[in-house]
Amino acid sequence: MPDISINCAGIRSPNPFWLASAPPANSGAQVQRAFDHGWGGAVWKTLGQPIQNVSSRFGAVNYGGKNAIGFNNIELITDRPLETNFKEIYDTKKKYPKHAVVVSLMVETKEEWRDIIKRSIDAGADGLELNFGCPHGMCERGMGSAVGQEPTVNERITSWAKEYSSVPVLVKLTPNVGDILPHGLAARRGGADGVSLINTIKSIIGVDIDRFVPNPRVADQSTNGGYCGAAVRPIALHMVAQLARCKEFGLPISGIGGVTNWRDAVEFILLGSTSVQVCTEVMLKGYRIVEDMIEGLDEYMRSHNFETIDQMVGKAIPGYTEWGDLDLNYETIAKIDDKSCIGCQLCLVACHDGAHQCIHQPKDPSSALRVPVVDESECVGCNLCQIVCPVPGCITMEPVDNGFTPATWNDHTTKGAALRPKKGAH
Amino acid sequence: MLKKVPVARGESVFEDFKGAYTQSQAEVEANRCLYCSDAPCIAKCPTAINIPEFIRKIATGNVKGSARTIFESNILGMSCARVCPVEVLCVGDCVYNAMGVPPIQIGKLQRYATDLAFEQKQRFFEAGKDTGKSVGLVGGGPASLAAAHELRRLGHACTIYEKRSVLGGLNTTGVAPYKMQADRSVEEVEWVLGIGGVEVKTGVELGKDLSVADLEKRHDAIFIGLGLGPDTSMDVPGADLPGVYGAVDFIEQFKLGEAPLKGVQTAVVVGGGNTAIDAVREAKGLGIPQAIMVYRGTEEKMSGYRHEWAAAKVEGCSAVWHALPVAFEGAGKVQRVRCVRLDEQKKPIAGTEFSIEAQLVLVAIGQSKLGELLADLSGVKIERGRIIVDADGATGHKGLFAGGDCANGGKEVVNAAAEGKAAARAMHAYLMGGKNA
Repeated sequence: MPDISINCAGIRSPNPFWLASAPPANSGAQVQRAFDHGWGGAVWKTLGQPIQNVSSRFGAVNYGGKNAIGFNNIELITDRPLETNFKEIYDTKKKYPKHAVVVSLMVETKEEWRDIIKRSIDAGADGLELNFGCPHGMCERGMGSAVGQEPTVNERITSWAKEYSSVPVLVKLTPNVGDILPHGLAARRGGADGVSLINTIKSIIGVDIDRFVPNPRVADQSTNGGYCGAAVRPIALHMVAQLARCKEFGLPISGIGGVTNWRDAVEFILLGSTSVQVCTEVMLKGYRIVEDMIEGLDEYMRSHNFETIDQMVGKAIPGYTEWGDLDLNYETIAKIDDKSCIGCQLCLVACHDGAHQCIHQPKDPSSALRVPVVDESECVGCNLCQIVCPVPGCITMEPVDNGFTPATWNDHTTKGAALRPKKGAH
Repeated sequence: MLKKVPVARGESVFEDFKGAYTQSQAEVEANRCLYCSDAPCIAKCPTAINIPEFIRKIATGNVKGSARTIFESNILGMSCARVCPVEVLCVGDCVYNAMGVPPIQIGKLQRYATDLAFEQKQRFFEAGKDTGKSVGLVGGGPASLAAAHELRRLGHACTIYEKRSVLGGLNTTGVAPYKMQADRSVEEVEWVLGIGGVEVKTGVELGKDLSVADLEKRHDAIFIGLGLGPDTSMDVPGADLPGVYGAVDFIEQFKLGEAPLKGVQTAVVVGGGNTAIDAVREAKGLGIPQAIMVYRGTEEKMSGYRHEWAAAKVEGCSAVWHALPVAFEGAGKVQRVRCVRLDEQKKPIAGTEFSIEAQLVLVAIGQSKLGELLADLSGVKIERGRIIVDADGATGHKGLFAGGDCANGGKEVVNAAAEGKAAARAMHAYLMGGKNA
């Protein structure tokens, strides 16, 4: 039976699923309920000088009848008294000694950091997460992403935290930077035990086109917020993988950003995360989603012969490389299974208008079977047809033996390796 | 001002068999549509409505644009949404069927968009610049309405001649009330004629009050959209007993007023086509305890739609297969139907006679064809009562066009709408000195 417990930068939990620092981890009652549902850990909603929030606070991107495939918020850190938070952290840790309770922090001065770290550890925190990521409100006050975007400030504050902390310190990074590496490395230089990423992405979620004001609307105005939810996962995966494959970095990672189910979590782990944090999907569906996450992860590990999470961490990193190292002679073409094709011809229109005009009407268009025909001499193997096909497995991308030995762009430019003739380039 | 139908109508006891979508239901269903390229559903629509496009517009919240897309192809899109046998047309060819996934409910989505357009009193089309030409249209049903609307867009003056006091044809007098009721059809007529410039003369019957020669004097072209004639009656003893009706005649009675149902415990419907199925479902729905269809063929081979008969059975209708009425019996009114069993070749089997007690008999074995009214005109070809036309609706007689049931022998409203529109375009070409001129 696979062991799904983890040790992320010295923070142990019975499974890799943590609530991210956000509304679902706002209070002791919530975190305890989440633990009862099966969550392995929780990063407490960021503590600092309690703030006053606006109304409303959340916005969403809906697509094709699905609510909230993307989400944003303009909520700030905790608005509850620090004493209340610390008391609830203490109670929670007492009741759930084996679960991970990480406390997210965001204050300004060195003294404030010292005090809040001491109080967090006194309350029983298993670890600290330094919120250097929040891209709205707090950054205007010189905190959150204002820290995360400045490697020297990041390093300095991290070193303060390490100076005062007896428990592991994670630095939560902002994605609102051109390149994540300098920021991960700054945290490392500051002595961080690990990083968590991504925080939310600076965004305007949408516009009320009748009132001429962006969403979420606060009276007659709005402001930019932090983007999250399923739609941001690709950005998060990239940033996690960038750090995971960097040899100088080498710190444990807690992955965050658009995790909605076990499959997403597996992707984060394969790209280098040890724990994964979830907020939006819990906000939308509730703590109960963790049951399927645990079961799905367990089943995945069984079917792939993984005994521990550590065996999975970073397993897909060797498969992530630079474009210049990709084999230009590898060739695939689309095959349409005429037995499962339903004749919607979405592949045909997509190929014609959005790709390489190589999928055509069947020879007898009056035929009841409207299975399109792929002109294999023109198909560049782009995948678009497979992506638009509504029938699982109907379109497959089949490798072609073109007789060429593998050659990358780098091989070609440095060693003159032979490249196959281009397709569709006329 | 067009004549309305009476408020008190027997049909008003019926509820919609397929209810109207709410906005949420419509949006969920619209979002399921795959938006196929060169979609098979369009090919199955006689009016070739761009179905994926109108559905996408519902999904994006452009419901007005959705209705425009529908009406651009079929000005009777509101009634067609309700009365089309979508199961054997657009919905029947939805690609989801091949995937084993429930097909998109195109009719219900079309109803959603077109109902909203009616509710909001949206208008989409304007009359074209006056050409000085005039067209007479005989019959005020779907074919003539679609033709007149298109002719008005093209700038031709129109006059509709209708023998009844109400327009809409079978949409008003014949559609099963659980699909659409007469008042809704009349609303549609008013909406279509809202384009302006269509004169309506009711109570005028071709061959009685009016001849083609009269029309030729008044108009530059003529469209014949007469529909079908009266129910075919059975040549058996007792066929004229009170209580024995032609089904189409009886349906018209409860659609435009009240039908005589007092004391009826059992209704027998003779026939196996769609009118027979409508009639048996309607008899049941009107509250008659027993509604029995008597058909000379089998359930497998009946000409009525399978999905309609399936619904009839669910509603409690029954059938006697391979049977033929040989007499309607009763003292002063029908009390029973004497039948005989038929063999595989539909020949009576001697000694198999039996009776069904029934106080109402609806004969649904077909309607007479009215083509003979034109038989004397030069160039007009009539085949078994049907007016022969080409793809443009042109008869062999110069300036005379036809469409709908009188030409196609009796099809759906959507066929009549398509034929009327096609004929209008051909008449336009004719009137402007082009084809057929």
